[in-house]
Amino acid sequence: MSLTKTERTLIVSMWAKISTQADTIGTETLERLFLSYPQTKTYFPHFDLHPGSAQLHAHGSKVVAAVGDAAKNIDNIGAALSKLSELHAYVLRVDPVNFKLLSHCLLVTLAARFPADFTAEAHAAWDKFLSVVSSVLTEKYR
Amino acid sequence: MVHFTAEEKAAVTSLWSKMNVEETGGEALGRLLVVYPWTQRFFDSFGNLSSPSAILGNPKVKAHGKKVLTSFGDAIKNMDNLKTTFAKLSELHCDKLHVDPENFKLLGNVLVCVLAHHFGKEFTPQVQAAYQKVVAGVANALAHKYH
Repeated sequence: MSLTKTERTLIVSMWAKISTQADTIGTETLERLFLSYPQTKTYFPHFDLHPGSAQLHAHGSKVVAAVGDAAKNIDNIGAALSKLSELHAYVLRVDPVNFKLLSHCLLVTLAARFPADFTAEAHAAWDKFLSVVSSVLTEKYR
Repeated sequence: MVHFTAEEKAAVTSLWSKMNVEETGGEALGRLLVVYPWTQRFFDSFGNLSSPSAILGNPKVKAHGKKVLTSFGDAIKNMDNLKTTFAKLSELHCDKLHVDPENFKLLGNVLVCVLAHHFGKEFTPQVQAAYQKVVAGVANALAHKYH
Protein backbone atom coordinates (compact mmCIF):
# COMPACT_ATOMS: atom_id res chain seq x y z
CA MET A 1 0.00 0.00 0.00
CA SER A 2 1.56 3.30 -1.01
CA LEU A 3 0.25 6.84 -1.06
CA THR A 4 -0.74 8.49 -4.34
CA LYS A 5 0.43 12.01 -5.21
CA THR A 6 -3.02 13.40 -4.46
CA GLU A 7 -3.08 11.70 -1.08
CA ARG A 8 0.37 13.04 -0.22
CA THR A 9 -0.72 16.58 -1.12
CA LEU A 10 -3.81 16.24 1.06
CA ILE A 11 -1.77 15.00 4.02
CA VAL A 12 0.90 17.66 3.73
CA SER A 13 -1.54 20.54 3.39
CA MET A 14 -3.63 19.38 6.32
CA TRP A 15 -0.50 18.87 8.39
CA ALA A 16 0.33 22.56 7.95
CA LYS A 17 -2.94 23.40 9.76
CA ILE A 18 -2.59 20.61 12.33
CA SER A 19 0.90 21.63 13.33
CA THR A 20 -0.42 24.89 14.78
CA GLN A 21 -2.51 22.89 17.29
CA ALA A 22 -0.20 19.90 17.53
CA ASP A 23 0.05 19.74 21.31
CA THR A 24 -3.66 19.91 22.06
CA ILE A 25 -4.42 17.45 19.27
CA GLY A 26 -1.96 14.99 20.77
CA THR A 27 -3.44 15.34 24.25
CA GLU A 28 -7.02 14.99 22.98
CA THR A 29 -6.11 11.93 20.90
CA LEU A 30 -4.65 10.16 23.91
CA GLU A 31 -7.61 11.16 26.09
CA ARG A 32 -9.93 9.64 23.53
CA LEU A 33 -7.78 6.52 23.32
CA PHE A 34 -7.72 5.89 27.06
CA LEU A 35 -11.45 6.53 27.50
CA SER A 36 -12.66 4.48 24.53
CA TYR A 37 -10.08 1.71 24.86
CA PRO A 38 -9.17 1.43 28.55
CA GLN A 39 -6.95 -1.58 27.87
CA THR A 40 -4.44 0.79 26.21
CA LYS A 41 -3.70 2.26 29.63
CA THR A 42 -1.80 -0.93 30.45
CA TYR A 43 1.14 0.51 28.55
CA PHE A 44 1.29 3.50 30.89
CA PRO A 45 1.30 2.26 34.49
CA HIS A 46 4.01 4.82 35.21
CA PHE A 47 1.93 7.79 33.99
CA ASP A 48 -0.63 10.05 35.59
CA LEU A 49 -3.38 9.76 33.00
CA HIS A 50 -5.87 12.23 34.44
CA PRO A 51 -7.03 14.95 32.03
CA GLY A 52 -4.67 17.90 32.39
CA SER A 53 -1.74 15.72 33.42
CA ALA A 54 1.62 17.08 32.32
CA GLN A 55 2.77 13.61 31.31
CA LEU A 56 -0.28 13.13 29.10
CA HIS A 57 0.38 16.48 27.47
CA ALA A 58 4.07 15.74 26.91
CA HIS A 59 3.39 12.32 25.49
CA GLY A 60 0.62 13.57 23.23
CA SER A 61 3.03 16.15 21.82
CA LYS A 62 5.60 13.46 21.17
CA VAL A 63 3.14 11.28 19.30
CA VAL A 64 1.84 14.07 17.07
CA ALA A 65 5.38 15.30 16.42
CA ALA A 66 6.25 11.84 15.12
CA VAL A 67 3.20 11.88 12.85
CA GLY A 68 4.44 15.27 11.68
CA ASP A 69 7.87 13.83 10.90
CA ALA A 70 6.19 11.22 8.77
CA ALA A 71 4.15 13.90 6.99
CA LYS A 72 7.21 16.08 6.39
CA ASN A 73 9.07 13.09 4.96
CA ILE A 74 6.12 11.54 3.27
CA ASP A 75 8.19 10.21 0.39
CA ASN A 76 10.29 8.15 2.77
CA ILE A 77 8.42 7.44 5.97
CA GLY A 78 10.48 4.32 6.60
CA ALA A 79 13.70 6.31 6.88
CA ALA A 80 12.13 9.11 8.90
CA LEU A 81 10.69 6.76 11.53
CA SER A 82 13.44 4.16 11.52
CA LYS A 83 14.58 4.87 15.09
CA LEU A 84 11.00 4.91 16.36
CA SER A 85 10.39 1.65 14.56
CA GLU A 86 13.28 0.04 16.45
CA LEU A 87 12.06 1.52 19.72
CA HIS A 88 8.62 0.00 19.27
CA ALA A 89 9.99 -3.37 18.20
CA TYR A 90 12.67 -3.91 20.82
CA VAL A 91 11.73 -1.75 23.78
CA LEU A 92 8.06 -0.73 23.83
CA ARG A 93 6.63 -3.81 22.10
CA VAL A 94 3.15 -2.35 21.92
CA ASP A 95 0.82 -4.95 20.45
CA PRO A 96 0.14 -4.05 16.79
CA VAL A 97 -3.62 -3.90 17.31
CA ASN A 98 -3.16 -0.70 19.29
CA PHE A 99 -1.84 1.28 16.34
CA LYS A 100 -5.28 0.98 14.72
CA LEU A 101 -6.93 2.23 17.91
CA LEU A 102 -4.62 5.24 18.19
CA SER A 103 -4.99 6.02 14.47
CA HIS A 104 -8.77 5.95 14.80
CA CYS A 105 -8.70 8.33 17.78
CA LEU A 106 -6.44 10.72 15.88
CA LEU A 107 -8.87 10.63 12.94
CA VAL A 108 -11.77 11.41 15.28
CA THR A 109 -9.82 14.34 16.76
CA LEU A 110 -9.08 15.71 13.30
CA ALA A 111 -12.71 15.28 12.21
CA ALA A 112 -13.93 17.18 15.26
CA ARG A 113 -11.41 20.02 14.93
CA PHE A 114 -11.17 20.50 11.16
CA PRO A 115 -14.69 19.97 9.82
CA ALA A 116 -14.09 21.91 6.61
CA ASP A 117 -10.91 19.99 5.79
CA PHE A 118 -12.04 16.51 6.82
CA THR A 119 -13.68 15.65 3.51
CA ALA A 120 -14.23 12.03 2.48
CA GLU A 121 -11.03 12.23 0.39
CA ALA A 122 -9.04 13.64 3.31
CA HIS A 123 -10.53 10.98 5.62
CA ALA A 124 -9.41 8.25 3.22
CA ALA A 125 -5.93 9.77 2.76
CA TRP A 126 -5.34 10.14 6.50
CA ASP A 127 -6.63 6.65 7.26
CA LYS A 128 -4.23 5.27 4.67
CA PHE A 129 -1.32 7.46 5.82
CA LEU A 130 -1.73 6.42 9.45
CA SER A 131 -1.92 2.82 8.30
CA VAL A 132 1.42 3.25 6.53
CA VAL A 133 2.92 4.86 9.64
CA SER A 134 1.64 1.95 11.74
CA SER A 135 3.18 -0.56 9.31
CA VAL A 136 6.53 1.19 9.53
CA LEU A 137 6.40 1.16 13.33
CA THR A 138 5.65 -2.57 13.47
CA GLU A 139 7.85 -3.71 10.60
CA LYS A 140 10.74 -4.85 12.80
CA TYR A 141 8.57 -6.75 15.28
CA ARG A 142 9.59 -10.14 13.98
CA MET B 1 -22.77 -8.56 27.22
CA VAL B 2 -22.37 -4.79 27.00
CA HIS B 3 -23.53 -2.79 29.96
CA PHE B 4 -24.25 0.93 29.65
CA THR B 5 -24.28 3.32 32.57
CA ALA B 6 -27.07 5.88 32.87
CA GLU B 7 -24.64 8.61 31.80
CA GLU B 8 -23.61 6.67 28.70
CA LYS B 9 -27.22 6.07 27.69
CA ALA B 10 -28.03 9.74 28.22
CA ALA B 11 -25.03 10.88 26.15
CA VAL B 12 -25.87 8.51 23.34
CA THR B 13 -29.59 9.28 23.10
CA SER B 14 -29.07 13.01 23.47
CA LEU B 15 -26.68 13.18 20.53
CA TRP B 16 -28.81 10.80 18.46
CA SER B 17 -31.86 13.00 18.90
CA LYS B 18 -30.01 15.91 17.27
CA MET B 19 -28.94 13.89 14.28
CA ASN B 20 -30.39 13.79 10.79
CA VAL B 21 -30.53 10.03 10.31
CA GLU B 22 -31.03 10.20 6.56
CA GLU B 23 -28.05 12.50 5.91
CA THR B 24 -25.76 10.85 8.43
CA GLY B 25 -26.58 7.39 7.11
CA GLY B 26 -25.73 8.37 3.55
CA GLU B 27 -22.54 10.07 4.72
CA ALA B 28 -21.43 7.09 6.82
CA LEU B 29 -22.08 4.48 4.14
CA GLY B 30 -20.55 6.74 1.49
CA ARG B 31 -17.38 7.27 3.51
CA LEU B 32 -17.14 3.53 4.18
CA LEU B 33 -17.09 2.92 0.43
CA VAL B 34 -14.54 5.73 -0.13
CA VAL B 35 -12.16 5.02 2.75
CA TYR B 36 -12.32 1.21 2.42
CA PRO B 37 -12.97 0.66 -1.28
CA TRP B 38 -13.02 -3.11 -0.97
CA THR B 39 -16.36 -2.77 0.84
CA GLN B 40 -17.84 -1.86 -2.56
CA ARG B 41 -17.89 -5.59 -3.25
CA PHE B 42 -21.33 -5.80 -1.65
CA PHE B 43 -22.82 -3.10 -3.83
CA ASP B 44 -22.31 -4.08 -7.47
CA SER B 45 -25.91 -3.14 -8.22
CA PHE B 46 -25.54 0.41 -6.95
CA GLY B 47 -24.28 1.92 -10.20
CA ASN B 48 -21.66 4.65 -10.28
CA LEU B 49 -19.12 4.26 -7.45
CA SER B 50 -16.19 5.49 -9.52
CA SER B 51 -15.12 8.47 -7.39
CA PRO B 52 -15.72 9.93 -3.92
CA SER B 53 -18.17 12.51 -5.29
CA ALA B 54 -19.97 9.84 -7.34
CA ILE B 55 -20.26 7.65 -4.25
CA LEU B 56 -21.44 10.39 -1.89
CA GLY B 57 -23.95 11.66 -4.46
CA ASN B 58 -25.22 8.21 -5.43
CA PRO B 59 -28.96 7.98 -4.59
CA LYS B 60 -28.77 4.22 -3.87
CA VAL B 61 -25.94 4.81 -1.41
CA LYS B 62 -27.96 7.51 0.31
CA ALA B 63 -31.09 5.36 0.46
CA HIS B 64 -29.23 2.36 1.79
CA GLY B 65 -27.31 4.48 4.26
CA LYS B 66 -30.60 5.77 5.60
CA LYS B 67 -31.89 2.20 5.97
CA VAL B 68 -28.78 1.08 7.83
CA LEU B 69 -28.74 4.01 10.21
CA THR B 70 -32.47 3.76 10.92
CA SER B 71 -31.78 0.24 12.00
CA PHE B 72 -28.95 1.53 14.16
CA GLY B 73 -31.56 3.74 15.78
CA ASP B 74 -33.23 0.56 17.02
CA ALA B 75 -29.98 -0.20 18.84
CA ILE B 76 -30.15 3.17 20.57
CA LYS B 77 -33.65 2.34 21.80
CA ASN B 78 -32.59 -1.12 23.01
CA MET B 79 -29.09 -0.65 24.31
CA ASP B 80 -29.50 -3.34 26.98
CA ASN B 81 -30.80 -5.89 24.53
CA LEU B 82 -28.71 -5.67 21.38
CA LYS B 83 -28.35 -9.40 20.67
CA THR B 84 -32.10 -9.98 20.69
CA THR B 85 -32.79 -6.79 18.75
CA PHE B 86 -30.43 -7.78 15.95
CA ALA B 87 -30.97 -11.57 15.89
CA LYS B 88 -32.93 -11.62 12.63
CA LEU B 89 -30.63 -9.09 10.95
CA SER B 90 -27.66 -11.18 12.04
CA GLU B 91 -29.07 -14.25 10.30
CA LEU B 92 -29.76 -12.17 7.21
CA HIS B 93 -26.20 -10.80 7.06
CA CYS B 94 -24.78 -14.31 7.39
CA ASP B 95 -27.10 -16.45 5.31
CA LYS B 96 -28.28 -14.09 2.59
CA LEU B 97 -25.86 -11.17 2.42
CA HIS B 98 -22.64 -13.08 3.23
CA VAL B 99 -21.02 -10.08 4.90
CA ASP B 100 -17.76 -10.60 6.80
CA PRO B 101 -18.42 -9.27 10.33
CA GLU B 102 -15.20 -7.27 10.09
CA ASN B 103 -17.22 -4.86 7.96
CA PHE B 104 -19.51 -4.05 10.90
CA LYS B 105 -16.48 -2.77 12.81
CA LEU B 106 -15.35 -0.69 9.84
CA LEU B 107 -18.77 0.92 9.47
CA GLY B 108 -19.03 1.52 13.20
CA ASN B 109 -15.76 3.43 13.22
CA VAL B 110 -16.67 5.42 10.11
CA LEU B 111 -19.93 6.37 11.83
CA VAL B 112 -17.95 7.59 14.85
CA CYS B 113 -15.80 9.74 12.53
CA VAL B 114 -18.92 11.16 10.86
CA LEU B 115 -20.44 12.03 14.25
CA ALA B 116 -17.19 13.74 15.29
CA HIS B 117 -17.15 15.61 11.99
CA HIS B 118 -20.72 16.77 12.44
CA PHE B 119 -20.76 17.58 16.14
CA GLY B 120 -17.20 18.86 16.62
CA LYS B 121 -16.43 19.80 20.23
CA GLU B 122 -19.74 18.35 21.39
CA PHE B 123 -18.40 14.93 20.45
CA THR B 124 -16.24 14.84 23.56
CA PRO B 125 -13.96 11.94 24.48
CA GLN B 126 -16.66 10.77 26.89
CA VAL B 127 -19.38 10.81 24.24
CA GLN B 128 -17.05 9.03 21.83
CA ALA B 129 -16.35 6.32 24.41
CA ALA B 130 -20.08 5.72 24.83
CA TYR B 131 -20.56 5.50 21.08
CA GLN B 132 -17.61 3.13 20.70
CA LYS B 133 -19.42 0.83 23.10
CA VAL B 134 -22.60 1.09 21.07
CA VAL B 135 -20.95 0.37 17.72
CA ALA B 136 -18.98 -2.52 19.22
CA GLY B 137 -22.18 -3.89 20.75
CA VAL B 138 -24.03 -3.62 17.44
CA ALA B 139 -21.14 -5.26 15.57
CA ASN B 140 -21.11 -8.15 18.05
CA ALA B 141 -24.88 -8.51 17.94
CA LEU B 142 -24.87 -8.62 14.15
CA ALA B 143 -22.14 -11.29 14.18
CA HIS B 144 -23.77 -13.29 16.94
CA LYS B 145 -25.88 -15.62 14.77
CA TYR B 146 -23.13 -16.39 12.29
CA HIS B 147 -22.41 -20.05 11.73
